[in-house]
Amino acid sequence: MVTETTRDDLVDRLTHTGQHGVLRFITCGSVDDGKSTLIGRLLYDAKLLFDDQIAGLENDSKKHGTAGEEIDFALLLDGLEAEREQGITIDVAYRYFSTEKRKFVVADTPGHEQYTRNMATGASTADLAIILIDGRKGVLTQTLRHTYIAHMMGIRHLVLAVNKMDLVDWSCARFHSIVADYMKSAENLGFKSITAIPMSARFGENVSQRTDVMDWYTGPILLEHLESLDIESGEAQQPLRFPVQWVNRPNLNFRGYAGTVASGSVAVGDDIVVASSGAASRVSRIVTSDGDLETAEIGDAVTLVLEGEIDIARGDVLVPPQERPDVSDQFAAELLWMHEDEMLPGRSYLLKIGSHTVPATITSLKHRVDINTFEKKPSRTLEMNGIGSCKVSTSRPIAFEPYKTNRAMGAFVLIDRFTNQTVGAGMIEFGLRRASNIHQQAMDVSKDARAKIKGQKPTLLWFTGLSGAGKSTVANAVESKLAEAGHHTYSLDGDNVRHGLNRDLGFTDLDRVENIRRIGEVGKLMLDAGLLVTCSFISPFRSERQMARDLVEGGEFIEVFVDTPLDVCIERDPKGLYKKALAGEIKNFTGFDSPYEAPETPELRLNTAELSVEGAADKVIAYLREANRLG
Amino acid sequence: MITEFKTSIADYAARFKTAAERSRPLSAHLKALEAESMYIMREVVAEFENPAMLYSVGKDSAVMLHLALKAFYPSKLPFPLQHVDSTWKFREMIKFRDEMARALDLELRVEINEDGVARGINPFDSGSNLHTQVMKTEALRSALNRHKYDAAFGGARRDEEKSRAKERIFSFRDGNHGWEPRNQRPELWNLFNTRIMPGESIRVFPLSNWTELDIWQYILEEDIPIVPLYFAAPRPVVERDGTTLMVDDDRFPLGKDERPEERVVRFRTLGCYPLTGAVESSADTLEKIVLEMLTARTSERSGRLIDRDEAGSMEKKKREGYF
Repeated sequence: MVTETTRDDLVDRLTHTGQHGVLRFITCGSVDDGKSTLIGRLLYDAKLLFDDQIAGLENDSKKHGTAGEEIDFALLLDGLEAEREQGITIDVAYRYFSTEKRKFVVADTPGHEQYTRNMATGASTADLAIILIDGRKGVLTQTLRHTYIAHMMGIRHLVLAVNKMDLVDWSCARFHSIVADYMKSAENLGFKSITAIPMSARFGENVSQRTDVMDWYTGPILLEHLESLDIESGEAQQPLRFPVQWVNRPNLNFRGYAGTVASGSVAVGDDIVVASSGAASRVSRIVTSDGDLETAEIGDAVTLVLEGEIDIARGDVLVPPQERPDVSDQFAAELLWMHEDEMLPGRSYLLKIGSHTVPATITSLKHRVDINTFEKKPSRTLEMNGIGSCKVSTSRPIAFEPYKTNRAMGAFVLIDRFTNQTVGAGMIEFGLRRASNIHQQAMDVSKDARAKIKGQKPTLLWFTGLSGAGKSTVANAVESKLAEAGHHTYSLDGDNVRHGLNRDLGFTDLDRVENIRRIGEVGKLMLDAGLLVTCSFISPFRSERQMARDLVEGGEFIEVFVDTPLDVCIERDPKGLYKKALAGEIKNFTGFDSPYEAPETPELRLNTAELSVEGAADKVIAYLREANRLG
Repeated sequence: MITEFKTSIADYAARFKTAAERSRPLSAHLKALEAESMYIMREVVAEFENPAMLYSVGKDSAVMLHLALKAFYPSKLPFPLQHVDSTWKFREMIKFRDEMARALDLELRVEINEDGVARGINPFDSGSNLHTQVMKTEALRSALNRHKYDAAFGGARRDEEKSRAKERIFSFRDGNHGWEPRNQRPELWNLFNTRIMPGESIRVFPLSNWTELDIWQYILEEDIPIVPLYFAAPRPVVERDGTTLMVDDDRFPLGKDERPEERVVRFRTLGCYPLTGAVESSADTLEKIVLEMLTARTSERSGRLIDRDEAGSMEKKKREGYF
């Protein structure tokens, strides 16, 4: 029977449901530990399944289930067809349920080591982690791995769910020995609370009901604990951090900065500064479509209007003048690698932190962490699901705080610049002051002045192509013609550089990246000297050519793709290298067992199978002239 | 006391011209969901060149549109609404759509698969699968191709259906609009990867974390206008294979023993009228709908005929580009 009520009464009744707000948690464990069964049980017991969902579940249980004639709760959660057939969970699934006291969001993720990244994804937004243990098996390697990931991702509350107690005769002694064993590893990781609960998800014992089978246990049952836990993080009391997301400019009379308060609060009349530039202003309005506000709290999505004209863009962070975050282009971070292509120190990635995206490189890996034993081990790189501590350098200074202090200001992701895949997730540990202590030495004679004397615009001609494509030959012809015309030039060549500056480097992907980074930096100094520089390097990766391009100013970098088909190069084989590669005597040879990523939009493309050396060089000179680089 | 909360579209539009103080604060958990959705929408507008909102005229679209109006206030909506009209939508939906677009001064783009119309594709004779494929999936693809959207908002929620529980908020689509469930980008914190190559696109689901009850409660608290079909009223219906269908126009081919009867019904989801089952209900106000929700025993998608065949059907459709 539906009764009529006023809206307010109804809203009161509904909001009562959410009076403790929302708790987001993640369940960690494997299929065998009964993880999906536990969540299915919570939903079922909370009477949150609809009749047709239960009917569907019964149907599916008969077809794919592993629980015989009983309902297999795990099937409720394993969404995608492929994994349902394999009986494993391969991704992150989110579930929603509520009780009278609280609303819940559950992230269900797989437990095996190859799914570390999925667990980290679920953990990134969670307040609490349930670590499942099979009562028969006790603490396993994976239990410790899950604990470490929860710790790394900044989860502050743990529930140690000792499941399948029905299979160990509801034994009190067994439970206590497992808990003691676990606490040896976990108690020093700094969790705010660890609550151990003996349970049987299959029968619902100590999940949402308590019977006398484990009368020796007097602590909270799972649902009670989830309903009543205080998850206040303290970030509401921290200083204001307001990352500007979007500049709202409907007309000339209104300019507002849209964003979500990441920590602290802001009030009309507050003084603020832009963290990176120090530019100061004061909050004049807090605009919403429900009318202006006097104050906005953590989590509020608002639009701030400031006094005066100040230069603010997406990515800037507004903060109180007395309590500013670190601003630096170097910091130490814990990094989780999430892609099959290994992490390459020195390669340029895009780093997204808050609403700010900047090019960044990992300058060094301090160590890798074995997440099964928490041991630190030396390593040069990280493979998929690897975790390590590294130093990161960004192309411009950014505002940040340690992740442990402020999640929103310390979390970042790394994106591959060419595949656009999300390849890494990082948590900033602390800023490195090195950059701020090494100030640029200001010289009296400037780059412009040097260039002016020479009557030319400094330019880096970057010749890329396969071995034997003719890069050095064409570059040499170009330099001769430029010198003849009275220009000041220099040539950097792959082979020559490898005899000196880069003789410590080999031909692995890692070393190839470092090779190009050094050459880019040397080229940059040459530009500073005012020269026209030719660089002839295979430089097989787009990312590194992009990195070299990013080092110098706009217009200074000219990518010349010496586009000679592989079979022509093999036929020419000026250094006899292809012969050796074909015979298997050289490893990591570009075009054979090492890839060449051809430029997609080079400034110039030279096909030396069709052009003479002379003709190719003329084409380059003509381009320079047209681009006004020759004065 | 009975209160009437079916807000008029004109009154609604006036609220976004000058901000009006609200009479009571929004419930805390809805405020959090609202802020999250607004954040998502602002990320899209800040980072994409040519976004659009896929507007289906239903209650979820109503909430999504409302959130967008709030996120960009006082600016106008910075993207168009794209509707895919299968030509078999309830007449009241089309009327509502056009009135909303006019009152709020929205840019509305409507895509109809004219080729399908010419071929006479319809849900009665062609079957629901072919009709959905041609008039919805193909029409959507052609709208996406025609306008070259690099991001498209959709109103899907993770609590609706199993395969959606795993979909990202920013869901990558290749050049053919396909979704690859096994190769999704990791999505940590609120740091969304918006990078794509030309021709690729992202579907964005700002309501991912909302539940059906959240949607209704938000409509109630925010006083958002919705299509009247959601409210119980006497309507002409026939019973077919256990589903109650409304005879919305004279294209409905009645069997020789079928006679439409007037019954008090309402709809929990809206779509093509021959494919959308009505429920027996007397809930003619928002409060009554919410109260009914609180005691409901069947989930909302059970009224949609396209999901019936087998549990994996929605995932198959999504891989092919269905929303």
